[in-house]
Amino acid sequence: MNATRRIAGLTAALLSATMLDACRHKAPDQPAPAVIPAAGPNADSARAAQEAAARRAADDAARRRAADSAAAAAAAARDAAAAAGALRTTLTAMVHFDYDQADLRPDDRAILDAKVPILTANPAVMIRVAGHTDERGSDEYNLALGQRRASAVKAYLVQHGIAESRVQTISYGEERPMAQGTDEGAYSQNRRAEFEITGGPQTLRKP
Amino acid sequence: MKAFARAAFALAAGMALNAGTGRTALAQDTTFRGITLVGNYDPLRDKISVAVLPVSGAFGDSLRAIIQRDLDFSDRFTILPVEGGDVDAARAGGAASGLNYSIFQRLNAAAVVQMTSMSNGIHVALHDVAKGQVVNVGDFALPSAGFSREWRLAVHRTSDEIARWMTGQRGIAATRIAYIRGSGKSAAIRIVDSDGAGEITVPTDENGFGPAWHPSGTMLAYHTYGDVASRIVLFDLATANSRTLATAPRNTQYITPSFTPDGTSILYARSGENGSDIYAVGLSGTDAPRRLTAGRGAQNTSPTSSPDGRRVVYVGNGHGQPELYIMDADGTDARLLTEYDFSDKNYRSDPDWSPDGRLIAYQEQIGPNFQIRTIRATGGAPKQLTSEGANEQPSWAPDSRHVVFTSTRSGVRQLWVLDTETFRMRQLTTSAGSRLAAWSSRLTQ
Repeated sequence: MNATRRIAGLTAALLSATMLDACRHKAPDQPAPAVIPAAGPNADSARAAQEAAARRAADDAARRRAADSAAAAAAAARDAAAAAGALRTTLTAMVHFDYDQADLRPDDRAILDAKVPILTANPAVMIRVAGHTDERGSDEYNLALGQRRASAVKAYLVQHGIAESRVQTISYGEERPMAQGTDEGAYSQNRRAEFEITGGPQTLRKP
Repeated sequence: MKAFARAAFALAAGMALNAGTGRTALAQDTTFRGITLVGNYDPLRDKISVAVLPVSGAFGDSLRAIIQRDLDFSDRFTILPVEGGDVDAARAGGAASGLNYSIFQRLNAAAVVQMTSMSNGIHVALHDVAKGQVVNVGDFALPSAGFSREWRLAVHRTSDEIARWMTGQRGIAATRIAYIRGSGKSAAIRIVDSDGAGEITVPTDENGFGPAWHPSGTMLAYHTYGDVASRIVLFDLATANSRTLATAPRNTQYITPSFTPDGTSILYARSGENGSDIYAVGLSGTDAPRRLTAGRGAQNTSPTSSPDGRRVVYVGNGHGQPELYIMDADGTDARLLTEYDFSDKNYRSDPDWSPDGRLIAYQEQIGPNFQIRTIRATGGAPKQLTSEGANEQPSWAPDSRHVVFTSTRSGVRQLWVLDTETFRMRQLTTSAGSRLAAWSSRLTQ
């Protein structure tokens, strides 16, 4: 029984010390706690107040830790999505052509070169290349011209090691213009090949 | 009598104009296929003056209006503005046939068309004014439901027969024109009567394109394009049934179908990763398609048979730019038809062989726009038919005289009809985005 009483006495002493310690460390500009311990010699009430304050501090810390880790996870996800989005954007970036031509221009080749490693790193990905023309020329002949443009793109990708079966070619001729208008500004945007991912995993692997 | 005087005045003005062109109205008279014409008559340039009398009975006014318009649109007749009062005055003369021919003679009418409603159609009498007698009669059955497509077609056929009585050549009113209207996914194949009335939409898959008529006028062929497998489809106009004749393999599309004149097969272009080549396939679908051109990466499209079926005109870019070529029907002996100029950025396409075999109409880039031209099937200097706006995709009428084409002359793409003899132009469609017209043969059913 003595031991028990002694421990209780020690606990009270420790608690007092903790209380004093807490008072000493309290910064003057800190906002007042929501519940102010009642002044006076009531040790029980002082102890309860101290316990509540400690719990709140622990809870706050835990909340902060949780929030930090969630933010980190979200940031990581954002980064991954951005990376995947960038890959997707690269893979579906359009190429453009000169009037009544299906030859790849140097800038087209650079755009296609950027797609090759992504396709190589993601062998399950299938793509569809759609050839388009501007509104000038024969409507029917332009369907064939669009097909030639899509085929020129595909031939380049196949030359650079992409399996023939992974690239489908279609043509819309002049039937699906990207830009309305009857000037070269609109025409040059409409003479294009578009890329669509038609198969493979949702998330692209980095090359 | 007042109205009659007005009409007589209008005619006098017309005669004065005629005299101004140097034609003598009092030269030897001509009897041309049943109608006596005063003066020399050039069937290509001169028009026969015709009075179409009012028609009594239900739909009588509409019937007369359609007949008058059909004759007018044939560009071979001048329709005299005859009103009810004029007819009463003409009848009052008391001639045996009921017409006072001397009054129509004063109107300078060569012929009078008199129509009488019957229970199941109309009775038509053609009067030769110079002879003062009826020279032809006929009964024409009309479906009872007025204004139906069938009724209108029957009236058009009546017009064409009346035209034949007067000129020896059947008219082209009882024909229809298939075309594409709309853009993108809303584009659809439509069919309209030769006078621009009675449009219907052909039920097709999303991307039905490039309609072509079977020589019988009972069937259309068209192709599809885009992200579903390209096909050549046959559409039966009587039953409204569609049948897939051929489905293109992956990475390939079938375009520009056209029937051979015997109606047993289709010529088309197969456009794929080795360029575009022209093929022929039978309608039965049992025989393998036959390849007619060896493009080796070039783009050969738009085949159209000569009316005797022995040759084919098509577009090829084997020389770099799209040009017209003619080959034998088996694909041999391909020759450049249009003159190629190495210093020029030529672009010639969309040929259509005239039903009489003489001419090929096509489009050629001249300046910033395309224009309609014709060239003899044997080659030579082309003749330009248009110059206003952009004009494309010509298709011949069965008379080898009228051409329907796409023009932007009104601001947006519409179909227009040109008489290549008088250069008279009329607008066929009034809905924006109309194009790729194909003119049918004369429709007998």
